[in-house]
Amino acid sequence: MKEIYLDHAATTYVRDEVLGVMNKYFQDEYGNPGSFHTIGLRPKRAMAQARETVRDIINAKRVEEIIFTGSGTESVNLAIKGVVEKLEPHHGPAHIITSTIEHEAVTETLYYLEHERGYSITRVPVNKYGMVNPKDVEDAIQEDTILVTIMYANNEIGTIQPIEEIGKICREKKVLFHTDACQAGGVLDLDVEKLNVDMMTLNGSKIYGPKGIGMLYKKKSVKVTPLIHGGGQEFGYRSGTQNVAFIMGFAEALRLGQSEREKENKRLIKLRTMLEVGILRSIDKTFLNGHPTMRLPNNANITISDIEGEAMMLYLNEFGICTSSGSACTSLTLEPSHVILAMGLPYEVAHGTLRFTLGRKTTKKDIEKIIEVLPGIVETLRKISPVNVNMDKLEIQGEKVYAN
Amino acid sequence: MPTKKVKLEKSDVSNKSQTEGWFYTDTVKDHFFNPRNLFYSNEDAEGYEYDAVGMVGSPACGDMMKIWIKCSEEQDCIKECKWQTFGCASAIASTSIMSEMVTEGDGMKLDDAMSMKPKDINDKLGGLPTRKFHCSVLGDKALRMAINNYYDETNQSDRKIEEKTRIIDKLSKTTDHDIEEAVLEGARTFEEVQKKTKVGIGNPKVQMDVEQLLRFYVEKYFGENAL
Repeated sequence: MKEIYLDHAATTYVRDEVLGVMNKYFQDEYGNPGSFHTIGLRPKRAMAQARETVRDIINAKRVEEIIFTGSGTESVNLAIKGVVEKLEPHHGPAHIITSTIEHEAVTETLYYLEHERGYSITRVPVNKYGMVNPKDVEDAIQEDTILVTIMYANNEIGTIQPIEEIGKICREKKVLFHTDACQAGGVLDLDVEKLNVDMMTLNGSKIYGPKGIGMLYKKKSVKVTPLIHGGGQEFGYRSGTQNVAFIMGFAEALRLGQSEREKENKRLIKLRTMLEVGILRSIDKTFLNGHPTMRLPNNANITISDIEGEAMMLYLNEFGICTSSGSACTSLTLEPSHVILAMGLPYEVAHGTLRFTLGRKTTKKDIEKIIEVLPGIVETLRKISPVNVNMDKLEIQGEKVYAN
Repeated sequence: MPTKKVKLEKSDVSNKSQTEGWFYTDTVKDHFFNPRNLFYSNEDAEGYEYDAVGMVGSPACGDMMKIWIKCSEEQDCIKECKWQTFGCASAIASTSIMSEMVTEGDGMKLDDAMSMKPKDINDKLGGLPTRKFHCSVLGDKALRMAINNYYDETNQSDRKIEEKTRIIDKLSKTTDHDIEEAVLEGARTFEEVQKKTKVGIGNPKVQMDVEQLLRFYVEKYFGENAL
């Protein structure tokens, strides 16, 4: 049975071209880039080249603004805790602004600061499409606000946030702005000047690069305290011998992704639309989550009422189709996804969401297969289910659910 | 039913949360993909002549179960048990295996069925992953409700075993007794109680009540400084 992977927001495979670039740095060019002999010098030069590549792609001013880390999560931690550690001696516990739909890397870091370090956190809400209103960010800024951290594009519903505008506000108010752009790599414009960001997180495992590599863009003027102290690698911001192979892979993956993104985005939008229309037409009592247009091209998040997401996911899995669900049963908290709830989706249907995230190898055939099997799965599970939600009475934040 | 026959393969569940790996047993998978004692169709369900029915949970809290039973008055046991479940694989498999347990052989004696515990269902399934255990806690409640209703219908109301307790959360039908049990099993925070009972899911405003009871029971059993 052919496996159909539609969970690219969780992680992607490593592209051949990327693996090709990486291979050399395991056995041939294995040197420590911190060494002064030729065996260390060659990987050092390669790494410098990779850093320049990344700098050019994101339009950073200096190579020192590119810090390689061990993951997206680590980059986020470095951005947030780095600023906190740097500023706390001067200001004491201060105020940070975020949104209600961030990834756990952000939410848990802020939860820690809030509960163990005395920080006050404002979580600005999102509308029914999962979008932050920049005005809310502006209104939330206080005298002691040290940082705003809002994601570029959401991992569950794909909604793209107005980062440029939020960044502009932060500049005017002189508050640092970090964006978690992990889902945006290879998809959206990553120009840090245009986006008005002071810090930006990217990671390898979402862009057809290796796992275990992340990057933090940090404007030179922004001061952060490192999380990891040691030999002073990465301009002192992240000690530990650099993983040259992964850095090379990351840079190549980002380069390829950014150069091909417009063409690939078009292809994905076509397939994604086919999937959405196929599901919404063939199954009643379903609707789409996320923003209709300002959404990642590969993301389709669909709520199917009267049944539960994990059960659907497992049935799809038996057909070789790998997806993910925002249902409580796939989380540790027993609550449905915080993103789904933040959009105001009623609990009655929040458990029935499925996320499909398409990728480079997704074909029309894959989409056809899903449209072929999903209605039968839904029918089976609905037959087992005692629930029959009245869609006409469902409301999202005071508005009628936009059922198909 | 146009659904294709699902072919079971050796693949297993994948989960986006990496914190704790988990696998379902073959028994769980079998009951999930081939649920027992279902209605064949809507008509079948509507025309079904049952003796009593019980229902707990709600779609808002993530699990909902409805159970129909047919009993033999002479033998004082359950003869048929039909069900519907809204929920994940664990919830569906739990209800399915419970329906099998109570109808096996000559059928389970009503007294035995009344004293069935989530643990019995869990054991029969070969064990659910720890964090999925809560998915099996509603089935036996629905069954008890159905049996109580059966006693009412058959002039045996004196046999009813009412859970003489106060309902804290109407959605999950969690009682103060459930919270007491959760504390005895080691729960010390609201989240831990919630994991065991599903209280407050879809009904967050009960959290204060739950926390009050949590403190009360922890003090009662473990002393004032136990929290």
